[in-house]
Amino acid sequence: MTYKLQLLDVNKSFGSLEGCKGISFNVAKGELVCLIGSSGSGKSTLLRCINLLEEVDAGQILLDGEDITDPDLDPLPIRRRIGIVFQSFNLFPHMNAMENVMLAPRRVYKTPRAQLLTTTTALFERFGLADRMKNYPDQLSGGQQQRVAIIRALAMKPEIMLFDEVTSALDPELVGEVLDVLLQLKNEGMTLVLATHEMGFARKAADNICFLDQGVIVESGPPEQIFDNPEQSRTREFLSRVM
Amino acid sequence: MSVDTKKISPATSETVAGYSKQARQLREAKMRKRSTLIATFSTIAVFLAIYFLVPLAPGWEKVKQSFFNWEIFQKTFPTLLNAFLWDIAIFAWSAPIIAVWGLIIALARDARSPALFPLRLFGTIYNDIFRGVPVILAIYLIGFGVPGLGLPRPWNSPYIWGTVALVLTYSAYVSEIYRSGIESIHESQRAAAKSLGLNHWDVMRFVILPQALRRVVPANMNMLIALQKDVALLSFIGPVELLRQAGVFKSLFANFTPYLGASVIFLAVPIPATRLADAMMARQDKQRR
Repeated sequence: MTYKLQLLDVNKSFGSLEGCKGISFNVAKGELVCLIGSSGSGKSTLLRCINLLEEVDAGQILLDGEDITDPDLDPLPIRRRIGIVFQSFNLFPHMNAMENVMLAPRRVYKTPRAQLLTTTTALFERFGLADRMKNYPDQLSGGQQQRVAIIRALAMKPEIMLFDEVTSALDPELVGEVLDVLLQLKNEGMTLVLATHEMGFARKAADNICFLDQGVIVESGPPEQIFDNPEQSRTREFLSRVM
Repeated sequence: MSVDTKKISPATSETVAGYSKQARQLREAKMRKRSTLIATFSTIAVFLAIYFLVPLAPGWEKVKQSFFNWEIFQKTFPTLLNAFLWDIAIFAWSAPIIAVWGLIIALARDARSPALFPLRLFGTIYNDIFRGVPVILAIYLIGFGVPGLGLPRPWNSPYIWGTVALVLTYSAYVSEIYRSGIESIHESQRAAAKSLGLNHWDVMRFVILPQALRRVVPANMNMLIALQKDVALLSFIGPVELLRQAGVFKSLFANFTPYLGASVIFLAVPIPATRLADAMMARQDKQRR
């Protein structure tokens, strides 16, 4: 079978800093894969490589079987197919929530304004933020900002969504509302790759877990295996520290 | 103040040791009043000292005659005010050109693709040159040099070429201010915009520049005030604007008071302009709340 996303021996280093050393894994369409591991294990780097925000040093990243790391390819149309949401939201502070969401479809897809308004309003309604469309980012709670960031990525109609520790900057009581959105996306059939520290969520929602340490995948498999019967001692050590 | 540990009981406004809320407020009010009083007295003391001590200087009578001559001030002031219209005009047409040309240089210096390297090189050399050469030299070289090519009227006017010199010099400084603003926007904003599939120019135009320009308003306001004064440098190549007019009067009356008049006029612009800019920024901030 062909996978939606396939990483083959991906290498990326920044001098000696956190990098990836030969990462390979597959994500099938509609699957939710969680990357876990301590800070600096290479999770974020990997996601940034998949989104082509970083160029890989070696290896291949296949989207629908097509190598997207080919340096001759124009990265813009590929990025539109891959949404990414960041830990620090990165909303544009000078635009209100609606403008944040509408900017890229308007510029990239040249969607007519009337149609854009309809689809954007529908997105905000779908994620329970219809009354917040006119608010600027600094008028929104962390959880609301992160949901707007997710809506902004969704507005480009991506085929796959990457989440880089999207709940790590949130107050504990706001984490739930964002995780609910992720579940909702999964249930609607979206393909998701998460770098996360939310072990409870990973266990409950993930189809596959990859445990990364120092830039390599130490162990991967379904959540029951990773959480209940980890084979590697490094996995056990990590889990005992975080759970 | 020592607290009797034996007496600690649930803190209410009655039982808590030390100052009560009212006592605190009273004390603060008293302290505030005292600071105001001290500030007032020390200011008055300084001014009195200047008022009484300066006239004791041996040359005071002469200085008073040649710098603070009320009669000459009255006689020259209206003409000076008229000459100032030239400064305003030169300022008014150079400021917008500087704002645009400075931005173009800043964007040229920010160009990242290898094909645009010549643009970046141009921006760098341009800024090196025009920030390195004193304004007055640029005015002399361009203001005298270009009309020297024998251009027909009105293209040999010192007003035009003096303005060009000002624009070229100030754009170099302003472009550096723009650039500092562009660079102050966190890389994550660029990443977020790029990840949505926006191209380099759209990222700049819709995400980076609107934030960067807002951030550098105060710094550019400073440049605007400096420009307003440097317009007077054009007097060295001909235009009879305020400074030049004051110089003419100085020679005519053999008295420096017209320079004082010119200073008063120059001062009248930046102070309200700065307040206006502050108010504009404050209003902009409030609109977003």
